[in-house]
Amino acid sequence: MRPSERSGHYSDVAIALHWLLALALVAAFCVGLYMTDLKLSPLRVRLFNWHKWAGISILVLSLFRLGWRLRHPPPESAASMSLLQKRLAEGLHYLLYAMFFLVPIAGWAYSSASGFPVVWFGKIPLPDFVPVDKALAHLLKELHAALSYGLAALVGLHVAAALEHQFIERDSIMLRMLPPREHRSAPQSRQ
Amino acid sequence: MTAARKGLGTIGVCLLLGFCTAMARANLPSVVAAQSEIGFVSHQMGVPIAGSFRSFDVQMSFDPATPQKARLAISVDVASVELPTDDAMREVVKPAWFDTQHFPRAVFESSAIRGLDRGRYEITGSLTIKGHAREVVVPVVLVQTGELTFASGALVVHRLDFSIGEGDWTDTSVVDDDVQIKFRLALSGIGPI
Repeated sequence: MRPSERSGHYSDVAIALHWLLALALVAAFCVGLYMTDLKLSPLRVRLFNWHKWAGISILVLSLFRLGWRLRHPPPESAASMSLLQKRLAEGLHYLLYAMFFLVPIAGWAYSSASGFPVVWFGKIPLPDFVPVDKALAHLLKELHAALSYGLAALVGLHVAAALEHQFIERDSIMLRMLPPREHRSAPQSRQ
Repeated sequence: MTAARKGLGTIGVCLLLGFCTAMARANLPSVVAAQSEIGFVSHQMGVPIAGSFRSFDVQMSFDPATPQKARLAISVDVASVELPTDDAMREVVKPAWFDTQHFPRAVFESSAIRGLDRGRYEITGSLTIKGHAREVVVPVVLVQTGELTFASGALVVHRLDFSIGEGDWTDTSVVDDDVQIKFRLALSGIGPI
């Protein structure tokens, strides 16, 4: 059996995207928190641009991830979960996905409204979909920050829920999203 | 008394007329500030940052028949710079950048003007910013619409030639060395090209 066909697990691609995006989201959030208090310097300019590039990368990868999820449905919820638990888990995932798009889009718009078009990796100019406008820029900055904190809170809930399942309910639901280590080595040992 | 006044008045009118005729002969076009602009585009990690100067003076003499005799001098009030954000505007006047306190004006003075095709010229001159002078060649296109003649052009200069962005800011991987200067001057009083 190929690892991607393991029953009750997410596909390899879904697992890779989950952890790659987890890392990118945490990094972008931390850089975002740190950079805003810096005074104008080359470091500040660098961090702002890297943050924007990370945000656009998160947006693109999330789009791909959503497409993948729609074509490759995730495994069924654990049988031990109540209907309410299932609904809550489903709702939390919807909210997380919404934020994967809303946070970067608000940041992109904030940058455009401030008069700084986003140039992805310094090479690919992205369109401005809002005009340059100080009041709008201020509003979008607040929105981007509020949404980011919202996403951070949702990620916190998500992690807490995963740990609760693993260590309190002990239903090993969290293992579905861990790299399939035992299966990767299995084919070699069987040869 | 009345005769004396008349005499003085006549002399005054004659002087005024003579002055006006001299002005017309000298062919001194004037700049319509409201329709003129001098701006620049710099790049920060690939992101274009556009700026402009609200205040500048232009002095020129230009006769389309003898462009080689034309003269052009532009003096820019550097502190009148406009940039997308307040932060950037506060920063750019500091000593590391334009140092407007010590170098309030940037000046261009032509040394030679060459007519190319119809309406196209090449102006060689010296550009002085922040105390550093560099010879530059500026291509200029003249377009006439009604009473006005629009002179526009663009050139690329290197900011480090003028010590713009000192210290940490000399890092050209953050702020490009190349800066494009763009201008469009609305001139009145120029005869048909």
